[in-house]
Amino acid sequence: MALSAVKTNSALPDLSQVALVDEVGVKERAARFQTRSIKKESKVEALKMILSMIDLTTLEGQDTPGKVRQLCQKAIHLHDSLPDLPHVAAVCVYPTMVAIAKKALGDHDIKVASVATAFPSGMAPRQIKLEETRIAVEDGADEIDMVISRGAFLQGEYGYVFDEIAAIKEACGPAHLKVILETGELGTLDRVRRASVLAMHAGADFIKTSTGKIQPAATLPVTLVMLQAIRDYYYETDRMVGMKPAGGISKAKLAVHYLVMLRETLGKAWMTPEWYRFGASSLANDVLMQLQKQATGVYQSADYFSKD
Amino acid sequence: MAASGSRVPVAKTYKIFIDGKFPRTESGRYFALENADGDVIANICRGSRKDFRNSVVAARTAFAGWSAASAYLRGQILYRIAEMLEGRSDQFVAELVLQGESKRHAQKEVEASIDRLIYYAGWSDKYQQIFSSVNPVSSSHFNFSVLEPTGVVAVLAPDDSGLLGLVSNTAPVIVGGNTCVVLASERTPLCAVSFAEVLHASDVPAGVVNILTGFREELTEHFASHMDVNAVVYCDGDSDDAKGIQEQAADNIKRVIDRVDTEWSDESAQNPYLIKQTQETKTTWHPIGS
Amino acid sequence: MSTESSKLAFNDGWQYAPAPESTDHVQVDAEYGLFIGGEFVAPAEDRYFETINPATEETLSSVALASDADVNRAVKAARKAHSGTWSKLSAADRGKYIFRIARILQERAREFAVIESLDGGKPIRESRDIDIPLSAAHFFYYAGWADKLEYAFPGRKAVSLGVAGQIIPWNFPLLMAAWKIAPALACGNTVVLKPAETTPLTAMKLAEVIRDADLPPGVVNIVTGAGETGAAIVNHPDVDKIAFTGSTDVGRLIQRAIAGTDKKYTLELGGKAANIIFADAAIDQAVEGIVNGIFFNQGHVCCAGSRLFVQESVADEVVQKLKDRMETLIVGDPLDKNTDIGAINSATQLETIESYLRLGQEEGAQMHQSTCAVPDRGYWCRPTIFTGVSQSNRIVQEEIFGPVLAIQTFRTLEEGLSKANNTPYGLSGGVWTDKGAKIFKMTQSIRAGVIWANTFNKFDPTSPFGGYKESGVGREGGMHGLGAYVKLEV
Repeated sequence: MALSAVKTNSALPDLSQVALVDEVGVKERAARFQTRSIKKESKVEALKMILSMIDLTTLEGQDTPGKVRQLCQKAIHLHDSLPDLPHVAAVCVYPTMVAIAKKALGDHDIKVASVATAFPSGMAPRQIKLEETRIAVEDGADEIDMVISRGAFLQGEYGYVFDEIAAIKEACGPAHLKVILETGELGTLDRVRRASVLAMHAGADFIKTSTGKIQPAATLPVTLVMLQAIRDYYYETDRMVGMKPAGGISKAKLAVHYLVMLRETLGKAWMTPEWYRFGASSLANDVLMQLQKQATGVYQSADYFSKD
Repeated sequence: MAASGSRVPVAKTYKIFIDGKFPRTESGRYFALENADGDVIANICRGSRKDFRNSVVAARTAFAGWSAASAYLRGQILYRIAEMLEGRSDQFVAELVLQGESKRHAQKEVEASIDRLIYYAGWSDKYQQIFSSVNPVSSSHFNFSVLEPTGVVAVLAPDDSGLLGLVSNTAPVIVGGNTCVVLASERTPLCAVSFAEVLHASDVPAGVVNILTGFREELTEHFASHMDVNAVVYCDGDSDDAKGIQEQAADNIKRVIDRVDTEWSDESAQNPYLIKQTQETKTTWHPIGS
Repeated sequence: MSTESSKLAFNDGWQYAPAPESTDHVQVDAEYGLFIGGEFVAPAEDRYFETINPATEETLSSVALASDADVNRAVKAARKAHSGTWSKLSAADRGKYIFRIARILQERAREFAVIESLDGGKPIRESRDIDIPLSAAHFFYYAGWADKLEYAFPGRKAVSLGVAGQIIPWNFPLLMAAWKIAPALACGNTVVLKPAETTPLTAMKLAEVIRDADLPPGVVNIVTGAGETGAAIVNHPDVDKIAFTGSTDVGRLIQRAIAGTDKKYTLELGGKAANIIFADAAIDQAVEGIVNGIFFNQGHVCCAGSRLFVQESVADEVVQKLKDRMETLIVGDPLDKNTDIGAINSATQLETIESYLRLGQEEGAQMHQSTCAVPDRGYWCRPTIFTGVSQSNRIVQEEIFGPVLAIQTFRTLEEGLSKANNTPYGLSGGVWTDKGAKIFKMTQSIRAGVIWANTFNKFDPTSPFGGYKESGVGREGGMHGLGAYVKLEV
């Protein structure tokens, strides 16, 4: 059935009309992507694309300026001995670390993404979330990763969730807004689809699977459902929305399968850091190891790649 | 005892099998297994109620995964157990001989055990077909009944059939998706422990089969009374023993399965009804309409 | 219906490099004899024919052409094995032999998968992930029945029939051999099997497995040849049962030829299955089901979902999504691990398909094909859909046996049902809806032997398969598949 009849971002869409999702069918399609065999030059191209799409992330209670600086150093110098490496898309930190990151990155073309809205739980009053967003943007965040209010969503308070996203979008000003659905708490793929539609209509620039703080985080089936929602929204409105799976993608091979899924669902236009990101911390090193292996023909050891 | 000039053999320590591992009994107790001449063959773990308790926890934990495994996979695993047992036939024959059987009889028992495993492996994806039904109810509903495993089964293996009796009571339980805790024969416990090694080599997930050795008299009441055990199988004892088990089982309406006086070497001792005994039946209704 | 082209670009940018499956571990002999009486023997008339790789048109091997004399010899060997050894073994022992076949197939799985793709044209991903594992699973399943037949036929004693003559097609060569041989042996019969003339190789390798499994000589005999060899088997007076999978036309000939004899028979013939999508279906997954139903295995599937019925309110959306999905299908070298759709099995079959494509356009339908590249040499057909068709079009009525889908719309359940059943075929059908009651109403009312609800083309050794009406008679697979290979005594 057709998606919402509403074509603008300003009103809550009719969520009872959102497409149904069959879980078994989704899992079968997702499994099929994993049988693609990506080799040789297409593998190298994919690995480099993945690097350019990474939001290098540190979101720990124990983060300090020192930790964030080291992360930014890694973002700039992924592995200097490998030539022609792209840089990562962004670093992703807590709001209190935005200024530190901004300074550490200097004028390198790497964005600063900040989580906000009482990440990861989202359990805080609206005004706190708005204020937190504004502060992060003022400190220099180029992108804001917000979380939706899952409790309200599960209760069916779609208007509340919609309004909240729209308000945060407004507070973002020039910054791009990624909306984290926290799919691991939504329970069913039907709800994931519904939340995706709601977020896009409310003004999301990106929809994102997870905070990475609970299990399950990003999975191929969940991401596929979100990509399909993005595709249908694009057909309806001509507006592109980006996608970011986050958490649980630490191996290059899996990340390549995410790219296969992206290519075969949305096609070329989305295959850039402008429209697709990986929220990851240890993925980068595995990708670098694979690139080194492709270059030398020899399997690598983690000892040779910096851990920051 | 080594003759002069020949190699000094290394004696095997017989432990119990819980959650895919081989611990000693937590009680530290043992009993000596003697041969007909009164020589000690081995020190056998005298399992305790705590070992049984731990085994039930392991079996319960393993149940979700094992019952959700496809029938095909369970059949493959049972077939694998048969392959592994076939490969070690000599070891098992030797152990049965050590415990007093004639070599010919031991050979027959090992072969029968292997064939019995293959028999039940072949039932894994078929018993559902012969015992399920679509029921022609008179209302506009699709109505079907299927079997589901009952859960954790406590098995008191036959005392007089150390290998074949053990296999005959374990295979039908697990092929149906249940997990189990098995008390080995007290008189001939060696094969049970070695059988655990075969299980360990056969891709059987940890906790699906747990094997204890020990004294019947001490452990039976726990096998019969544990509130997280769904069924209890017994193969020995007189009517008083049976009554005792049945009374204790009643506390959580355990399914009680009496297999006393079964001649395990007979072909009549293998059939799909032994599988059915540890299965529940679930009936589902769904409307037919637009 | 809308014919707008896709807004999405699937074939620009990042491409998949070739990912060829290695073939250096695979053994294909230059020549194969007939497998009779437990060994490979030369054909009586010393005639051979070639089998080629439809992706490259290169010759793979030379295979014996079995004459009437060879068929006679094979039937004799099967009869001797039946009365002499096979029926004298215990049922459990027969089971053990069949288990051995399954195990060896699993051990040699990759080699079989490569040869299947080389000989028949199907993608390595299909043969590796579906054909070969399912074949082993069939042998496993039926091995277990050998000593349990009394439970499958309550109140009756199941006795073997004797010698079974089996003729199989080229679309799932090894799997069809497994579907035929496994239940026959489990029920105590012996076998003379003829693989299709364009795909004999995995049957020959299976013969090697049977020999290596030490099955008593003559229990399974495999004779290669074409129509005449098949006819010799069907007409042989000492064959007790005929099992045939192939076209309805040939099925008719066989049923006629057997008339008046005591031979038992099962026929698994053609189909023109309706795949029905309701407006309340999970549309994205239904589209995947369409693709699975008609494009994989090049559409060389008797139960293919070749007639699509889409409820009118969602027709545009379904067709648009289908077209997008078709653009991501890779047609090419069967041995490339990324290939979705392999080579058409033969030049003849390609000509048949192309004649239907011409016919469809002549009939006034709109044809749409994906735009993927196809290799220069070999036999290829891009995934194709026809819209603007109805039940009166020949391309809607007749089985094309290629990656070609005819799309119609419908308004109500009754209309969809009526059109689904409006065909002399009745092999399979598909229903897509989120509503449970509607699933059971549709599955209850569609006149076909296999109905998939919210899925398609699913097979399992435990699940019976076979058709209504001109799609055949008899069931293969599951407990129901035993009945064809026994006589029931009181």
